[in-house]
Amino acid sequence: MKKIKVDNKEIEVDDHLTIMQACEEAGKEIPRFCYHDKLSIAGNCRMCLVEVEGAPKPVASCAMPINEGMSIRTNTEKVKKAREGVMEFLLINHPLDCPVCDQGGECDLQDQTIAYGAGHSRFNENKRSVKEKHMGPLIKTYMTRCIHCTRCIRFAEEVAGVNEIGAVNRGENMEISTYLEKTIDSELSANVIDLCPVGALTSKPYQFEARPWELKKTETIDVMDAVGSNIRVDTYGWKVKRVLPRLNEDINEEWISDKTRYACDGLLTQRLDEPYIRIENKLTTSSWSHALTKVTDLLNEYKADEIAFLTGDLCDLETLYLFKKLADQLKINNIECRQEGCNIPFTNQTQYSFNTKIANIEKSDCLIIVGSNVRQEAPIINARIRKHKITSNLPIAVVGENLDLTYDFTHLGDDLNVLSSILDGSHEFSKKLEAANNPMIIIGNSILNRDDSISIFSIIEQLIHKFKFFHESWNGFNVLQIAAARTGALNLGLFKQGNSLEKIYQSIEQNKIKLIISLGADELEFPRINKAKVIYIGTHGDRGANTADIILPSAAYTEKDGLYVNTEGRLQHAYKATFPPGNAKEDWKIINELSNMLSFDWGIIDLPNLRERLKSEHAELFEFDNNKINKYERLLANKAPTADFKNSNIEYLIKDFYLTNAIARNSKTMAECSLARNEAKD
Amino acid sequence: MLSNKDKIFTNLYGEESFELKMAYVRGDWDNTKALMQKGSSWIIDEIKNSQLRGRGGAGFPTGLKWSFMPKDSEKSNYLVVNADESEPGTCKDRDMIRNDPHKLIEGCLLASFAMGAHKCYIYIRGEYFNESVVLEKAVAEAYAAGLIGKNACESGWDLDIYIHRGAGAYICGEETALLESLEGKKGQPRLKPPFPANKGLYGSPTTVNNVETIAVVPTILRRGANWFSSFGREKNTGTKVFCISGHVNNPCNVEEEMSIPLKELIDKHAGGVIGGWDNLKAIIPGGSSVPMIPKSVCDDVLMDFDSLVAAKSGLGTAAVIVMDQSTDLVKAIARIARFYKHESCGQCTPCREGTGWMWRILEKIAIGNSSSAEIDKLLDVTKQIEGHTICALGDAAAWPIQGLFRHFRDEIEENLKKGNYVA
Repeated sequence: MKKIKVDNKEIEVDDHLTIMQACEEAGKEIPRFCYHDKLSIAGNCRMCLVEVEGAPKPVASCAMPINEGMSIRTNTEKVKKAREGVMEFLLINHPLDCPVCDQGGECDLQDQTIAYGAGHSRFNENKRSVKEKHMGPLIKTYMTRCIHCTRCIRFAEEVAGVNEIGAVNRGENMEISTYLEKTIDSELSANVIDLCPVGALTSKPYQFEARPWELKKTETIDVMDAVGSNIRVDTYGWKVKRVLPRLNEDINEEWISDKTRYACDGLLTQRLDEPYIRIENKLTTSSWSHALTKVTDLLNEYKADEIAFLTGDLCDLETLYLFKKLADQLKINNIECRQEGCNIPFTNQTQYSFNTKIANIEKSDCLIIVGSNVRQEAPIINARIRKHKITSNLPIAVVGENLDLTYDFTHLGDDLNVLSSILDGSHEFSKKLEAANNPMIIIGNSILNRDDSISIFSIIEQLIHKFKFFHESWNGFNVLQIAAARTGALNLGLFKQGNSLEKIYQSIEQNKIKLIISLGADELEFPRINKAKVIYIGTHGDRGANTADIILPSAAYTEKDGLYVNTEGRLQHAYKATFPPGNAKEDWKIINELSNMLSFDWGIIDLPNLRERLKSEHAELFEFDNNKINKYERLLANKAPTADFKNSNIEYLIKDFYLTNAIARNSKTMAECSLARNEAKD
Repeated sequence: MLSNKDKIFTNLYGEESFELKMAYVRGDWDNTKALMQKGSSWIIDEIKNSQLRGRGGAGFPTGLKWSFMPKDSEKSNYLVVNADESEPGTCKDRDMIRNDPHKLIEGCLLASFAMGAHKCYIYIRGEYFNESVVLEKAVAEAYAAGLIGKNACESGWDLDIYIHRGAGAYICGEETALLESLEGKKGQPRLKPPFPANKGLYGSPTTVNNVETIAVVPTILRRGANWFSSFGREKNTGTKVFCISGHVNNPCNVEEEMSIPLKELIDKHAGGVIGGWDNLKAIIPGGSSVPMIPKSVCDDVLMDFDSLVAAKSGLGTAAVIVMDQSTDLVKAIARIARFYKHESCGQCTPCREGTGWMWRILEKIAIGNSSSAEIDKLLDVTKQIEGHTICALGDAAAWPIQGLFRHFRDEIEENLKKGNYVA
C-alpha cells in the first residue's frame, strides 16, 4: 500500500495502481478516451492529464504509476485548461453531425464536451474528411469522426488476436484502416463498436434504427453458445433492436461474440406465431386447443416405447424440467438432449462441464485441447485462453486439425493415438504436463459422438489421473459444450444410460419409434426421422418445423424468463425483454397445458411456482454464480479397452460459426457474415 | 578559438581518408584495450567528470545517463546510437560518419563496455545512404582488424555492431520512436516511464546516445576528463561541432569550444553575416525546434546550454540558422511549422491536430490575411500543445512560433495593419 494525496485528500492505495485508478479510488473521475480497462495503455488521447506536485508538465494519469507520497491535483486551473485544450483539438476536425450519428446519446465525446468543450469553435480552416473504410457486414465506418484513440487497433491485436486493424499514414493524415479493406476475420470483431468512443465505428445492422434513450434495456443471458455471456437486450416496441455485452469478469469480461450480438435480427423472421397441423402434407394454422388435443391424442395412441422425446440447444431449464417430468410420467425411455450424438454414459456433472471455470483459465500453466475448435465453439473462452497465453506464455497443445486459434500452440497432429504416447510418457508434451501444477484439458464434443468415444474418454481419464489435473484447489478437466441448454439438460438427466441418439435413429428406421416430441431440436439428421410423426415445439420455421406434423409455437430466449446453466455449470437468470409473437406461448406453459390435458395434475400455476418445484428436486443446481471447484468422480469404473483410433481424423461439429442454430440461421446479418467469410476463404 | 591540437574531429572536412589505416594515424584505436582495462566504472566516472552533456539536443549529462543502466540485469543491455539526424539545419553527425567513422565505432565499443552491452545498434537516417555505406565499410574494417566482434581489441569483451537504416521519418530520431522503429514497428514514441534504461529495445535496458556524444568518448578517455572540461563554462564543457547555415558568407560545420560567443562563432568561421552583422535579423541557434533570438540577443549571447536557455532559446543540436534582414520571418516559421505538421507521428491528440492548425494560421498571417486576435489564438494553440504531448515533437513545433512572436509581434502586427504585409 502506498500513501498518496489526491486533491489534498490523503488515501492509501495498492502499489501497482496508476494515477487514474488511484484518483478513481479517491472518488475523482478522470476523463479519458483512449484508456480502457481491458486493453493495453496507449496514453495518446491526452484527456486524462493531471498535475503532479514536482512534475514540470501535466501528466497522463492513465499511464503513470503512483509513487509513495505523490500529491495529485485533478481540479486546478492548469488541469482544466489542458483538458479543454485537448478537447478543442479533438473537436476541430470532428464533424458536427451528432443529429445523424448513431453514437448520439451514448457518445463519450458528446458527454465530455459538455464538461470540457468550448461553446464555440475557433477553428476557421477546412475540416478534415476521411474516406470510409470497408470493415465487413457488421461494422459501419465513418472515419471522419475518428479521434484516433486506437482502442480498435489494440482490441484487434490484443484480444481478438487478428492484426487486421491498424493506423496508416502519420500526423493529421493518420487513418485507421483494415489495410486491405476486407472483413475482419474474427468472431469478436463487433466489440470494436462498443469500444469506439465516438461514432467512427458503428453497428451496420443497427444503423439509423433507434436512439439509445428510446430503447428498453433488459439485462439477460445469451444462448448462442454454451458460455452464457451476460448481455443487455435493447428493445423498441416488440422488436429486439440490438444486443450489447454486460460486464462479467467471471465469464465474458466485456466482450461478446458477433453471433451473440447480431443473431438477434433472426428473432424477427420466420417466426412461428400460430399452431400448425399438417393436413394432406400441408401445414395449416390451427387453434391452440385443437392442436393440443391432437397432440394428446397422439400421445395416448402410441405406447411409451414408441415415443421419443428430443430436446434442442436453446431450451430453458424450467421447460426441460417439465419436459422430463412429462416423459417420466408417460414412462418414456427414449429421451435425449444430445443432438450432436454424444454417447458417453455420464454419471456425474463434472464429466461434461467446464470444471476449471472460465476465469480460472488464467491460473492454468499448461493446456491441452482435444478435438475442439475453441475459437468457433466458444469465442469468449478462446479469447480468455489467448489473454492468458500472451501474458504468461502458457504451453498449449492441440490434438485435432491445425487451426488458427489466434495464438500459438504445439500441434500434436489429428491422430488421437498421440494421447496414448502422452500417457506412456514417450511424447515430448508429457514433460510439460509433468511439470505443470495446474494443467487443463479441454475436450470438444466433436470427439464424444464417435463410435470409439468411450475408448477416447477412457484414455483421457487415465491421462488426467496420471498428471496433476486434480488437487485441492484445481480441477483441470473440461468438456466444452456448444449448446446453451446442454449442461442443464444433462444435469436434469435428459438422457438415458446406454442410449444415444444413434440408437433412437435406428429405432425410428426400424419403425420401433413412431412419434417424436421435439422441443426445439433443429440440429437432428432429419432424413433419418422421416418415418416418425413429429410434434415440434419451437420458435422458427427452421429445419425442425419443416418436417413436423404438428407445430406448437413457443418463445425465444428474449421473450421469456428462464434459467440457463452454462458450460461451467453456472446457473444464470435470463429475463424477458419482449413478448412472443402472435399466439406463441412460453415453452413451459405449453408443456404444462399438455400435461394438464393428459390429466397429470402437478399443481404448477406460474413460473415462481415451477421454479420452487425445480429447486426442491434439484437443489444442487441453485447455487447461483458459484465459483467452487467441482470434485471429479471417476466416469468409467473400469478401463475401457484401448482402441487403436484408426481413421481418426477429427471432424468438427461447427461447420459454419454464423449458422449454428435456428435463430442465427434466420438472421440476415449472420447470413451476410457467413457469406463474407466464405468469400474471404475462396 | 579552439586550437587545432585540441580538436577531436581532426578529419571533419574529409581531407584524409575515413579508412582504418588513416584512423590509426589520427590516433583512433590507440591501445583501446588499456582504456577498457581500467574498468567500466572508471569510464563512467571519467565521462561524469568531463561533464559531457548529450549532443542530440536535450543536453542530459551523459555519465549520469550511463549510470542508470542496471549492472546485473537478467536481460542483455543494449547501446543504440542515434544517427537519425533529421533536425533541419543540422548536419554534424553526417560529416562525422562520412569522414571520421572510426571515432564513432571506437566510442561504441567503450560505451558498450562501460554499460555492459554486447550489442550495439546504429540507427542511421535513411537518406544518409552514402554515409551508411561508409559506416558499413568502417564497421567491416573494425571487425576484420579484431577491434570489435569477439574479444574486441583483445580485451575479452564481445561486441557486435549492427547498422540499421531508417525510412525517412523525423520522429524516429526521438529515442523511443527510434526503438519502436528498430523493432520493426511504426515509429511512434513510447510513453515514459518506463524509460529505456529500464525497458528499452526488446524490453531490455537500453541507452540511446547521439553520434557526437559517443564519438567524443574515446578522446575524452585518452586525454582525460579535465582536459575536456577545461573548455567552456562550468556544466557546459568541452568542444562542440556547430553547423552554421543560412545567410552567412561561408556556411560550415566547425568544431569549437563550448560557450563561444555567437557573434565570434559566425564571424570567425562562417565569414560573417551576409551584408555585415548589422544586416542580421534573427538567429535560430539550435536547429529548427528552438525559438529564434533577435539580433539584440545575438550580439552577446554565448553558445552553450545554459546561456541559451536564459535567452529563452536552446542549444539543441547547435545548428545555427542565420537570417538576415531580407528574410520573411513569418514565412520561414510557417515553413518550419509545415515540417512539423508533416513529421508529426499522429499518435497523440495535441500534436496531431495542433501542428496542422498552427501551420494553417501561420500561412494566413504570411499572406497578410490575419489579425491580432488570430495571433493571440495561435499563441494559445501553441500553449495547448506545449507540454501536453507524449514526446517533445509537440514542444518543438510550438517553440519556434512562440519565439517568432516573442520578438517580432509588434512588427508583424504593424505590417498586418498596413495590409501590405512584408516582413
